[in-house]
Amino acid sequence: MTELLTLNEECIPKLPRHAKLRFDEARKKWIINAPERVFELDEIASEIIQLVNGESSISVIIDALCDKFEGAPREVISKDTLSMLQSLADKGFVII
Amino acid sequence: MSELEIKQNNTIEVKSKTLVKEKLQIPYAVLCELTHRCPLSCPYCSNPVELEMKSKEIDTETWKRALSEAVKIGILQAHFSGGEPTARKDLEELIQHACSIGLYTNLITSGVLITEERLKKFYDAGLDHVQVSIQDTDPENSEKIAGYKGHAKKLHTCGLIRKVGLPLTVNAVMHRQNLHNLKSMIDLAVELDAERLEVAQVQYYGWALKNQTAFLPTKEQLDNATEIVEEARVRLKGILAIDYVVPDYYAKRPKSCMGGWGRQFLNITPAGKVLPCHAAESLNFLEFDNIKDKPLSWIWENSDAFNRFRGTSWMPEPCQSCDRKEIDWGGCRCQAFALTGNENATDPTCEFSPYRNVLDEPLSNVGKEEIPEFIYRKINVRKPLNGIGHNSNKSPKS
Ligand code: SF4
Ligand code: SF4
Repeated sequence: MTELLTLNEECIPKLPRHAKLRFDEARKKWIINAPERVFELDEIASEIIQLVNGESSISVIIDALCDKFEGAPREVISKDTLSMLQSLADKGFVII
Repeated sequence: MSELEIKQNNTIEVKSKTLVKEKLQIPYAVLCELTHRCPLSCPYCSNPVELEMKSKEIDTETWKRALSEAVKIGILQAHFSGGEPTARKDLEELIQHACSIGLYTNLITSGVLITEERLKKFYDAGLDHVQVSIQDTDPENSEKIAGYKGHAKKLHTCGLIRKVGLPLTVNAVMHRQNLHNLKSMIDLAVELDAERLEVAQVQYYGWALKNQTAFLPTKEQLDNATEIVEEARVRLKGILAIDYVVPDYYAKRPKSCMGGWGRQFLNITPAGKVLPCHAAESLNFLEFDNIKDKPLSWIWENSDAFNRFRGTSWMPEPCQSCDRKEIDWGGCRCQAFALTGNENATDPTCEFSPYRNVLDEPLSNVGKEEIPEFIYRKINVRKPLNGIGHNSNKSPKS
């Protein structure tokens, strides 16, 4: 990591090796394991993060979410997605 | 999204969400202290004063079983620590096993015994993260604190860790004798391409309590440190994450030690004893169950040592009627017992504690007294040892 990452819809996000996403059976939740940290994801965050695969751009992810949650305005989904991924990127747990 | 921070000093903080259920919690992490053997002898080492010999260490199969049982009770992360965990020849096998059953693995090391070849093995085994302790940026002082000539080797190891592709956290225990180098520690972490810098504080029980006067920083030093960290956090956002907590003895309220006793964390000693926190053996009246005799699930639920301070019912006043009792859980049990001799006492770091003077007194003398020589951590030493680098030529007993 050498520079600050500011995400936009064109970016193709992925998780670095040290941040590991998995479904936790014991807690019935999606979680990200990271050094000395566990992120427990709420429903929206889980939907977003499951679409992060190192191939889809953020705009593709947003479109997919719009399809899934018909009726929700794109601006709202876009704002939620970018802010959720940015908060992880600030800590180095989402990279491009 | 809620973020749970599992601190090296085993202070676990739940951010943005407080778990307040009294019922049995699902633990998050296990600290596997594979051995107490270590070539270093840091005078603040968190290992117990009575260190286990190699002959008492549990074998590979027992560790593997313990890890498998940990997964079954919902544990997500395994930290391999010591002593120096790389002194165990089966470390790669244990990492491999832990990863294969879905645990997130972290190696906590002093870095002085690792070769590139071995790091590659750890990487191939699936290791997720490495944490290296650095005692100071000034090589001479670093080696004085560690009681071992290994500063250059540590830096070299950090380079190798990044070279093989593993993420790195630099762990720096900061105190009176190295806080003046905090700025350069931050620069060093950036230079070493670390993702995280953990600025840790000395916790005063065990070895560290013997060395309290040598370590307690002045208020001025700490205020300075806080300023330095705040500035660096902004400047290095997205480059280096800095974990830093103001030590509790200069605060008005204690930390939530362990996120509450027996709630989120357990520790397995080299001999297989299962503890609610790595310092719990300092509570010398507790009896611990051993992974050799009982399944981990049984121990988590039923062990007397875990139930002794679980929840809030054991708390005396002022904690019992305090609205923070499920936030800080009455503070650190080990610190409270070490400082007051009363295991139920409110942590003396709390301003409501009737024992607050046991801290205020040493604190009022900080900076006025001469800095004493270190009492180094050592296996089987009853008499304190003075002097610098007394064992700097000794190789680990592995
Ligand atoms: S604190 Fe120092 S002496 Fe203790 S295990 Fe770590 S490196 Fe070894
Ligand atoms: S009285 Fe007890 S519960 Fe209240 S703040 Fe102090 S230590 Fe925490």
